[in-house]
Amino acid sequence: MMRERHINMIILALLVLVPTYAHFAEEPFTITLATRAVIFALAGVGLNLALGQGGLVSFGHAAYFGMGGYAMGILASHAQNYEPIMEVPFLIEGTNSMPVIWLVAIVMSALLALLIGALSLRTTGVYFIMVTLAFGQMFYYFTISWPAYGGEDGLSIYVRNQFPGMNTLDPIQFFSICFVLLCAVLFLVNRLNKSPFGLALNGAHQNEERALTVGINVYRVRLVAFVISGAITGLAGALFADLNRFVSPTMFSWQISGEIMIFIILGGVARLFGPVAGAALYIMLEHFLGGLSEYWFIYLGAILLFVVLFAKGGIIGKLSRKEISHDG
Amino acid sequence: MTDSILTVSDIHKSFGALKASDGISLDLKPGEIHALIGPNGAGKSTLIKQIAGGLKPDSGTVWFNGKDVTGVSTAERARLGLGRTFQISALAMDYTVLENVVLGAVGQSGSAFSFFKPAMKDAALLKRARAALERVGLRKREETITSELSHGQRRQLEVAVALTLSPKAFLMDEPMAGMGGEGSKALTGFLQELKKEAPILLVEHDMDAVFALADRISVLVYGKIIATGNVDEVRSNPDVRVAYLGEEDAA
Amino acid sequence: MTTLLLIEQVLNGLQFGVMLFLMAAGLTLIFGVMGLINLAHGSLYMIGAFAAAAVAGWTGNFFLALVASLIAAAIIGALIELTVIRRLYDRDHLEQVLATFALILIFSEATRWVFGSFPLFLNIPDVLNGTVTLPGGIQYSLYRLTIILIGLAVAAGLFLLISKTRVGMRIRAGENDREMIAALGVDISVLYTMVFALGAALAGLSGALVGAIQSVEVGMGEPVLILAFVVIVIGGIGSIKGALAGAILVGLTDTLGRTMLPVIFGTFMEPSAATTVGSALASMLIYILMAGVLLYKPTGLFGST
Repeated sequence: MMRERHINMIILALLVLVPTYAHFAEEPFTITLATRAVIFALAGVGLNLALGQGGLVSFGHAAYFGMGGYAMGILASHAQNYEPIMEVPFLIEGTNSMPVIWLVAIVMSALLALLIGALSLRTTGVYFIMVTLAFGQMFYYFTISWPAYGGEDGLSIYVRNQFPGMNTLDPIQFFSICFVLLCAVLFLVNRLNKSPFGLALNGAHQNEERALTVGINVYRVRLVAFVISGAITGLAGALFADLNRFVSPTMFSWQISGEIMIFIILGGVARLFGPVAGAALYIMLEHFLGGLSEYWFIYLGAILLFVVLFAKGGIIGKLSRKEISHDG
Repeated sequence: MTDSILTVSDIHKSFGALKASDGISLDLKPGEIHALIGPNGAGKSTLIKQIAGGLKPDSGTVWFNGKDVTGVSTAERARLGLGRTFQISALAMDYTVLENVVLGAVGQSGSAFSFFKPAMKDAALLKRARAALERVGLRKREETITSELSHGQRRQLEVAVALTLSPKAFLMDEPMAGMGGEGSKALTGFLQELKKEAPILLVEHDMDAVFALADRISVLVYGKIIATGNVDEVRSNPDVRVAYLGEEDAA
Repeated sequence: MTTLLLIEQVLNGLQFGVMLFLMAAGLTLIFGVMGLINLAHGSLYMIGAFAAAAVAGWTGNFFLALVASLIAAAIIGALIELTVIRRLYDRDHLEQVLATFALILIFSEATRWVFGSFPLFLNIPDVLNGTVTLPGGIQYSLYRLTIILIGLAVAAGLFLLISKTRVGMRIRAGENDREMIAALGVDISVLYTMVFALGAALAGLSGALVGAIQSVEVGMGEPVLILAFVVIVIGGIGSIKGALAGAILVGLTDTLGRTMLPVIFGTFMEPSAATTVGSALASMLIYILMAGVLLYKPTGLFGST
């Protein structure tokens, strides 16, 4: 039986060791897989703040993932074509600087989460699930029918964006950027969970009436959590777009929302490293099962079904044997 | 009515044809326990919701501490100093005892939007929380997970959470429910002390407890207060006897 | 735009709405009675369409195909209720979402495995081909008109079933009080399986009917599922009446929006821009409608507060 902290350290160590080994063994594809895992983990950490800590089952986080992706796609495509994004009332140019793109992705997805959250949080329970799912789908259809940025075909960016002092096209360097961002976000989210805000958020999840009657504005706490959650997933979307050097409406699709949820449930709901373990496992399953069969989603579905029905708590739950439940 | 902490004046609330509150007025004065009794379906819970927030009356006003709070949210009323306990314990069951009272302290201090400093290491929050636990005698159980507490201990914790708000009045919904004789007696003594600090509006089914505790009693029947007075007045009131004992016994 | 065209679009909107109703009715019934959110409802729609396409290809008879869609979806529905779904009634919504999402993955891949990735086609039978002349001289597709009539008939049947029959009484009782109905000696688990199979059959029928207008392919169910969610959010969960009103509203808004918005924008914009903006906005219109309802009444138009 292991302590959860030790498991977390092992997960991080593996995430560093595998790509480092792959770098020296000259297997860039493995590094790319690890980078995907790290980016998915980041998206999951974002959702987990709303879903795990807050009990807000958002089935529409693809909206923020896609928004982050398109923030990158739009800024970089304008930079690559040397066309300003707009000239009136003031000039906005495209850019291929990663930090600027991240900032824009975070701000745009936070604003979107603010809008969707303000509406969706008027509902609870199963309504909330359906409403977030529907709003996510709205952006999917919008990007398909809006031709300016490639419509259904999406946008290709030919060169990876720049980060000062690094060669972002080198797989291991791009991996390092993503990994450092993941660690930074994990640190911040951990602090957030332990802060008065986190206590209030999770307290309201466990008993809303109690939180209200000690004077906590539950709606506002949830909305702020939802916005931070969307912003983190948006950052992941920008990185994902940079990894593939491509964005398309599929980043907005409901399957993405479902997959981000799968990372969380595989790893363990409301555990800091749950989405990290879950995303890593997902990538491994995709790689190995996908190699075995064209129809690997059947196996993924069966595994997911098994985890939900019989293995509450996900991998970290199984390893640390400490069940935490957050049912109302 | 200047000396009342809480005043409900002429509130009406209907659901379709049902008049759940039909012109209810009552008040809570400093230092008293005012019990609200009434048969099932009399409209007690509708009245509590309108006092605590969460349900807005169709007409009428709720005054709290000299302020019209009729349109004010539950959370805001709590911050103004309305301490609340529930019939079925409303606690964060996965949290420790201490975390539950710290949650109360977070609400009281308005620090729910501080994001970085750990709540469980905040000296001011902890001090307030532990003081409340001390009052109800749960200081030694502070590391216990709330779901592992006994029924009576949960009731005590409810009161402790309400205490973190330094309330100006308490609204307690059946605090005696499900308590054994011993626990019930201890809680009675505790509430007698507590009322000196802040008056208590007590909704209670247990008549023995009501008669032992209450300074005043109001009887709610079909959305109307049919009698208000001290124990003896209410006991001897013919309308109350009709409502509680049935027509024939009162005759 | 001519009045004739407008009426035709209204009818198309009705037809779309009626299809959505068949999906939403099952979802809302299953949620109302069992408290379950079922994402795999879209898979049952797809199963109905594939069963119909397969039987039609085999026998050449469209009506047998429709019957097959009902039976296949009902049987698969009952099977998953018995094996998976009933374990989920007491679970929280997150687990229901994930487990039924897992079912989508399994059904979609299994269908792809059996039928391949290429779309199948289901032909409109000769009897229903062509157009009819409606009062006022409007030419309208006989098949689409039939769909509207089938949908309305199903809606009427459901209202009768729920308000007049013994089973309906049990369904209503089950919504209100599970223990009560169990105490009355009704085998609640049989009732649940029946309700689930009924919802599944409606989804299957809907898939088959639409399959003859569009193509039958893997993944066809989920966009419709999400639209059915929009319908339920607008109409109010658990209410058949709400499902019908919401479905018609969504069907009309979407269809009319797609035809009319580009025209409306064309009155003050240049044509190509009007088409672009108009159709982009049209694709978002029903979600904007949903947002409006959420602002006005978060529990939906017919939902209880």
